[in-house]
Amino acid sequence: MNFSKKSLKLMSVIAGTMLMGSVFAGCGDEGSADEIKVGANFESTGNVANYGQATLDGFNLAIKEINDAGGVNGKKIKVVAADNKSEASEAVNAATKLISDDKVKVIVGPAVTANVIAESQVATDNKIPIIAPDATSPDVTVENGQVKPFVFRSCFIDPQQGSVMAKFAAEKLKAKTAVIYVDNSSDYSKSLGKVFKEKFEAAGGKVLMEEAFLAKDQDFKAALTKLKTANADVVFVPAYYEEVGKIVKQARELGFKQPFLGTDGWDDSKVADIAGADALNNTFFSTHYSDKDAEVKGFVDAFTKEYGHAPNVFAALGYDAGKMLADAIKRAGSDDPEKIREALEQTKDLKVGTGTITMDKHHNPIKQAVILENKNGDRVMVAKIMPDAE
Amino acid sequence: MEVTHQVLQQLVNGISLGSIYALIALGYTMIYGIIKLINFAHGDIYMVGAYIGFFAITQAHLSIVPALIISFVVTGILGMVVEKLAYKPLRHAPRISVLITAIGVSFFLEYTSMYFVSPTPRTFPAIFGDVAIEIGGIVINGQQMLILGITTILMIVLTYIVHRTKTGKAMRAASFDTETAQLMGIDSDRIISITFGIGSALAAVAGVLVGVYYNSIDPLMGIMPGLKAFVAAVLGGIGILPGAVVGGLILGIVEAFVSGFVSSTFRDAAAFAILILVLLFKPTGLFGKNTKEKV
Repeated sequence: MNFSKKSLKLMSVIAGTMLMGSVFAGCGDEGSADEIKVGANFESTGNVANYGQATLDGFNLAIKEINDAGGVNGKKIKVVAADNKSEASEAVNAATKLISDDKVKVIVGPAVTANVIAESQVATDNKIPIIAPDATSPDVTVENGQVKPFVFRSCFIDPQQGSVMAKFAAEKLKAKTAVIYVDNSSDYSKSLGKVFKEKFEAAGGKVLMEEAFLAKDQDFKAALTKLKTANADVVFVPAYYEEVGKIVKQARELGFKQPFLGTDGWDDSKVADIAGADALNNTFFSTHYSDKDAEVKGFVDAFTKEYGHAPNVFAALGYDAGKMLADAIKRAGSDDPEKIREALEQTKDLKVGTGTITMDKHHNPIKQAVILENKNGDRVMVAKIMPDAE
Repeated sequence: MEVTHQVLQQLVNGISLGSIYALIALGYTMIYGIIKLINFAHGDIYMVGAYIGFFAITQAHLSIVPALIISFVVTGILGMVVEKLAYKPLRHAPRISVLITAIGVSFFLEYTSMYFVSPTPRTFPAIFGDVAIEIGGIVINGQQMLILGITTILMIVLTYIVHRTKTGKAMRAASFDTETAQLMGIDSDRIISITFGIGSALAAVAGVLVGVYYNSIDPLMGIMPGLKAFVAAVLGGIGILPGAVVGGLILGIVEAFVSGFVSSTFRDAAAFAILILVLLFKPTGLFGKNTKEKV
């Protein structure tokens, strides 16, 4: 390349300015004494960006309400957000950056299980507590039978959803047989499939066939054609919205008439966009709350006022995480990560947006699940089930 | 009865999937045939084609056929531009440099698209109602018929171009020996450019069809079909046009049968096992002739 002297000079001025900018930015990063820095590590872009962004919105709303009411312990909470691009490796990078550059005291997020599991090692090494608002896999807080001391969540866990759906299929839909179709590239999906099978068979049902696909697949017809031959009473598809939409669409095209059952990964309007409202009739999924539930009206109104659209379940869970965090910091009486950790462990009968949280010994809240039915483009709450405490 | 029924339904599933692979594989194989380059950016050209079709339908409110034509033309031009900027300067460079450049172009297309159209998957509007015909319990829907119809038409047109036109003759001559063809008065650069144009345009059609069929597109959608189409091209004998079509169809059908009768978990494993087996036992592919290189 051939730079003239003039352009070289210009470039060095620009480079110099940028350098100075970053030096000054570095000074500002230490934070002031009257605020508590909290990291938010979410999927703002990437294939599950819908989950991450909604959770972050809900979380920010909770923090805003807390700050407007005077903060906690006389300090305001300051949220530092980092995007993990929906990838496990980026989740680790974002957490490292939040801890070492931004010096946060606690991290909330990421949204999906695999990303939280990836992040949990960094948090444990640095003794910074994390709260996962939406990660429902048991492995998030427990590893080899040991509870991870710094990892918490503010939602219920997969076995609860799997058993709630198995119970629903057997008791409400009177299903005797089922087939299971899971996403083999997702821990979430596989563990739900496993629990559903256990509980459904314990309730006297029979799982006739199990098939798997991979995230990002486009064509499901071959496996669906096979599943159709089983002619089971229900089809259980614990997966994320993009694939769920395509699966339900292609299954209905192949002539599946049976009810499809799913879990909170279904809770996104994209499912209806992809599958179409007609195809989605006669499908049921478990989730954390229903916006038509009278108990959560306060949160729904506040969210709609703030963002101009109604919240989805991830926003509700993000909001819960914010409330749980503020409660813990308040009870800890300090912003010391270890004290916050202890306070999180003792969370009891805390009223949050979607219900009441009591932390069990595995760092999992005991919390109710609701079951929604997709009906002509709308969602109807058909059941509300409190899981049994372990 | 139940089993034959299943076999036939899986055959329908496999052929529609295989037609898509075939369309992408054609571009791979044409480009390889003429400049001996495995164009790893080909899957991403297919993705760009899908997005152009998507914007033609959603923003310009066109119906499917004009959208296909626009995507065909624009992506064809994009293919030529890519060739001009990225590959032509390397015409006499070692082949590995061109291959690495192809990988670079692939990433460039993926992440530039991600910047402009966002990584969030887009849903194609439903342009077909629920058109489906059922013959003895076997379901064939409108999109599958569209895919089959368009793929067949394009293959006939392509065969005509390659075998009955002057440009086609020049393409065949250039793929046989570029330098000799040049000595005979063929403008090789122009022919290479046209080959990239046609190959990319075919991939664009596959992209739009996939969008219509599966209803959802995203900036990284080209990676897997790109690899599968590569397997299809190798299976048929890379550089040979009918080979790409047959390879694509076989691959689609194998995937459907493996999912249907073995386990869906092994589907991708089966596809890549084919690649390994072909490379081990018949590296020239099904249609390839065993030409010995003189040492």
